[in-house]
Amino acid sequence: MTPAQRKRLPIRFALYALLALLSAIFIFPFLFMLASSLKGNDAIFADVESLRAVLPVGDLTLDNYSAVFQRGNIGHFLINSVIITVVTVALGLFVNSLAAYALARLEWRGKQAALVVLVVLLAVPLEAISVPMMLLVTKLPGLDFSEGIALTRSWLDTIYVQIIPFIANAFSIFLFYQFFRDIPKDFDEAAYIDGATPFQVYRHVIVPSSIPVFATVTILQGLAMWNQYLWPVITVPGEEARPLMIGMQQFFAARRVEWGEVMAYASVITVPILLAFIFFQRWFVRSVVGSGVKG
Amino acid sequence: MSGAVARGGGTGRAAIWFGAPAFIGLAMFVLIPVLMSLALTFTNQRLVSPDPGEFVGTENYQRLLSVSYLVQSPERDAAGHIVTDSAGEPLYARARSITRTDPTFTGYRPMTEYRWGDKRVSILAKDPEFLRSLVNTFLFALLVVPLQCSAALLMALLVNAGLKGQTVFRGIFFSPVVMSMVIVSVVWAFLFDKDLGLFNTILSAVSFGAFQPVDWLGNAHTAMPALAIMSAWQGAGFQMLILLAGLQGISQELYDAAKIDGANAWQRFWNITVPGLRQTITFVLIVTTIAALGLFTQVDVMTQGGPQNATSTVMFQAIQRGVREENIAYGSTISIVYFGIITILILLQQAIQRRRARLNA
Repeated sequence: MTPAQRKRLPIRFALYALLALLSAIFIFPFLFMLASSLKGNDAIFADVESLRAVLPVGDLTLDNYSAVFQRGNIGHFLINSVIITVVTVALGLFVNSLAAYALARLEWRGKQAALVVLVVLLAVPLEAISVPMMLLVTKLPGLDFSEGIALTRSWLDTIYVQIIPFIANAFSIFLFYQFFRDIPKDFDEAAYIDGATPFQVYRHVIVPSSIPVFATVTILQGLAMWNQYLWPVITVPGEEARPLMIGMQQFFAARRVEWGEVMAYASVITVPILLAFIFFQRWFVRSVVGSGVKG
Repeated sequence: MSGAVARGGGTGRAAIWFGAPAFIGLAMFVLIPVLMSLALTFTNQRLVSPDPGEFVGTENYQRLLSVSYLVQSPERDAAGHIVTDSAGEPLYARARSITRTDPTFTGYRPMTEYRWGDKRVSILAKDPEFLRSLVNTFLFALLVVPLQCSAALLMALLVNAGLKGQTVFRGIFFSPVVMSMVIVSVVWAFLFDKDLGLFNTILSAVSFGAFQPVDWLGNAHTAMPALAIMSAWQGAGFQMLILLAGLQGISQELYDAAKIDGANAWQRFWNITVPGLRQTITFVLIVTTIAALGLFTQVDVMTQGGPQNATSTVMFQAIQRGVREENIAYGSTISIVYFGIITILILLQQAIQRRRARLNA
């Protein structure tokens, strides 16, 4: 028997009431956003006094959505954000897991020192280094592909300034390291005796038995990149390489009075993530718990 | 067997190649910025400038952190009576005119003032705006950490009570965490609207009209609490999951034994749940505090530091001064101060953990 079945009815009722109230608090802003994105401004303002504010009722329209795709340039920013997130996560999975493999499974001089450095770097938040890092990227020579290939004098206002600094990630290495360390060594030994190279062991032994940690790192780094704001706000002033979050902030600042359009913009960004979350909830939960028990 | 020997040499070389991309990346984009940051704080480097910065010693730190005070007695007239204004309040010489002329206060500006008997105490700072932001940042942490962590604990206990549908509720409570803070800020900016916002509407409805609408983000007293409420709403699901993992690590046998001994639910909570969660709670409190001290996005999207600097924070100042006003050296100095605070918190957490490990041993 679980504890719940033993609980008396009034207690259970009270607990459900509390859960329902909390759920309402957590869901209302989402519903308000989605409902308002389908209404004209007049309808939104007419509905605020009642429950209709969070329900898709009345004269519904998709005008807000067509407006944000035309005026808000959201399609272009969406592509930028997808490229930035996918490329960073994909390269990050490879680079960080390989480094963790070297730390957890191979013997080499300087390994202990590298581990100490890694743990120290874990404590450095992006916020603390974004200002000097910005100065750094303004000094790095870059490439410009808009008219053939040309050398430029800074990384500002590019897609890659939003990707390259975030591929190597101390926390991802650490998560991989913890996982790889606990895989039994018997398989590697057998593979080495059969003449396998270290990379073959990584490819055929380590990676296939580490799917959960790859999923965890994908979710954590994917969310961090998709939601990135501080870094692009200081390094990407122009429109060409702008990601969605900056697009959202700019659109909000410029068209604050158009509640319906702003909410449509927010919905376009949020719905894909929410759907991914609903389908992969178990993985999201596991990755957060995995990230929390570090240290 | 020669395999082991050959492997020792072979894997060493392979390890260097495997580790190189990540470690070069970390050196380039974490280590070098940290070192640059430290070096920049002793210069007057500008963001866009053909000249390299000059060494200025600890000038940036002095400007950032210098605090002083000025005690004034009320003005007296020729007969020695205290001069008062029309409301009967004593009059004082303007603090600003004293700091301008007195050489001991060179560079200081008044930040805030208090009355002490008939004396007036003015707090002076070389950078009142930054110190105000530092105070604001701690105020935000003080508001959001208890709110967010207690909400998270409540939710963790609820979804761990063995009720039907608890995975669904867990998912609902966690869902704002996957949302971008930018989106949350935009949506809540509307919820906090004075005339049309749902926040005022609901407060007014549950108080049967007794609640007077508040301009949450436009009022210097309510803007920071509003940001704290919103941030707790967005983040509590994360702490809930961590606490939930901690709860599930407590042995069910302890509860069963306590029940046999006749302990009621409240006693079981205080004597089993709380001690069992202590380590998790410490971790959650420190992590939440660190996150709170980095407050930036909400401020940048919703209030731009206003009204009257009431929501300006340390990170907002770092970006404002360092990047938008292009004083990269000063922005770096603010970043280093922030980094120092975070480091102290991390060391504190490790000290607590070590002490606990010793006690348990």
